[in-house]
Amino acid sequence: MIQFTDVVKTYEQGNNALNGVSMQIEDGEFCFLVGPSGSGKSTIIKLITGELKPTSGAVHVNGYSLERIRKREIPYLRRTVGVVFQDFRLIDKMTVYENVAFAMRVVGAREKEIKERVPYVLELVGLENKMNRHPNEMSGGEQQRLAIARALVNNPSTIIADEPTGNLDPERSFEIMALLQEINNLGTTVLVVTHAQNLVELFGKRVIAIDDGLVVRDGEEESEHAAE
Amino acid sequence: MRLNNIGYLLKEGFRGIFLHGFMSFAAVCVTVACLVIVGSFSILAYNLDIMVEELNQTSEIMVYIDSELSDAEAKSVGTKINLLDNVLQATFVSREEALADFIEDHDGDSALNGIQASYLRHRYVVTLEDNTKMKQTDEQLQELPGVAETNAAYEMAEGFTTIQNVLHMVSLAIIAVLLVVSLLIISNTVKLAMYDRKDEIAIMKMVGATNGFIRLPFVVEGFTLGMLGACLAFGLEWLGYDAMVERINEVDALQLFTFVPFQELLIPMVAVFCAAGMFVGIVGSWTSIRKFMNV
Repeated sequence: MIQFTDVVKTYEQGNNALNGVSMQIEDGEFCFLVGPSGSGKSTIIKLITGELKPTSGAVHVNGYSLERIRKREIPYLRRTVGVVFQDFRLIDKMTVYENVAFAMRVVGAREKEIKERVPYVLELVGLENKMNRHPNEMSGGEQQRLAIARALVNNPSTIIADEPTGNLDPERSFEIMALLQEINNLGTTVLVVTHAQNLVELFGKRVIAIDDGLVVRDGEEESEHAAE
Repeated sequence: MRLNNIGYLLKEGFRGIFLHGFMSFAAVCVTVACLVIVGSFSILAYNLDIMVEELNQTSEIMVYIDSELSDAEAKSVGTKINLLDNVLQATFVSREEALADFIEDHDGDSALNGIQASYLRHRYVVTLEDNTKMKQTDEQLQELPGVAETNAAYEMAEGFTTIQNVLHMVSLAIIAVLLVVSLLIISNTVKLAMYDRKDEIAIMKMVGATNGFIRLPFVVEGFTLGMLGACLAFGLEWLGYDAMVERINEVDALQLFTFVPFQELLIPMVAVFCAAGMFVGIVGSWTSIRKFMNV
């Protein structure tokens, strides 16, 4: 579960990124976070992943209190949150398999577990036939699938996708969103940060709109309505 | 950390060396250059120290025995001299020997013919264990019964001690500066190698790798590069030193300088080079990676 209570974040330079954000995303939920550039979306992601600490207020992510978290606990928080970026952030010199296996190895997984889990996750994202390719030999959509596989491989309870379709054409964008929906159906909480209004409308999920560091709209009811 | 993880981290550390071949090569070259400079200066300082020490050992006190004492009494004074704390050796020189030495020193000048040995006094040439205490020992010698007079070159002994002290301080300062410079250069070289891998480190942080897990392969890499640099520097130092000593020995004008054979320095040099290589490798990579850990 992700819970923000009256969260204020002021950067060292003095600018306020968040001015009292309160929101709660339940386990297993699919949620969009929308808002114009500079509205505070990236700050929310950084607070969730432990890159930043709130200036005031409380942030709880998957059992960790971010305002009190110790530095050595942050890696363990991050293992519960898989992050997917617009620019994929893949390692070009590694193959598809190695990119995903790398994410498992660096958290100390056994080789046996890696050999079992990586093919399973690659199959889930539809890359089972491209294990030996390198990222730069793949399309944008495939690279984003690979990034999702890497985020998923350590079995996090939450996936955060930061503009996952920003570099993709509409068709590939839809495929990625469908994949995220499928992952959500398997029980993983999914938070998608996006500007793509058409996708938000198409998927009819809960929408949290941020502007000027405040939640200006939380469409939970609308989401429930859409689900009906 | 599980055993299979340690194996993986070590493997990654070694793999990194080959994966970043050019940067690894640059880091080894910088380590070799810095260690050869530090090593050469250290050896030079060590040899100079020994030379000064040898010169200092030639400082001695001349103890003249009361001329009224018989030969036997004069010789017995030697026992008392040898009992003094700082006396390394007291060599008896009879009047006759002193005269012969005197004439020899003056190249057998005929003007010296006819001088009687009885004009001179029996004496002891006293060498000391610690020349810095020459003055105190001289005072003790003057107080011994049967000693008429002493002649000690304090200033020369003090001069040698000052030279040694200055040499020690200058050596330490230069070695410290060179080590810091080496560390900075190696740290920057490793930093460049890490810059190449900053995306990898960011991904590791993002997926929840602990700082220790991220650091260890880089530290293994730094350690290996440092040790490799140290081994090469040691080999070069050995070859270079032997070649230099051989050349110096061929030049007559330089026979005054005596150099310790490298074999005598083998163990301390191996220890120093290994320690320095390890230190610059580990500290260099450890400090460099800190910058990339704040992701």
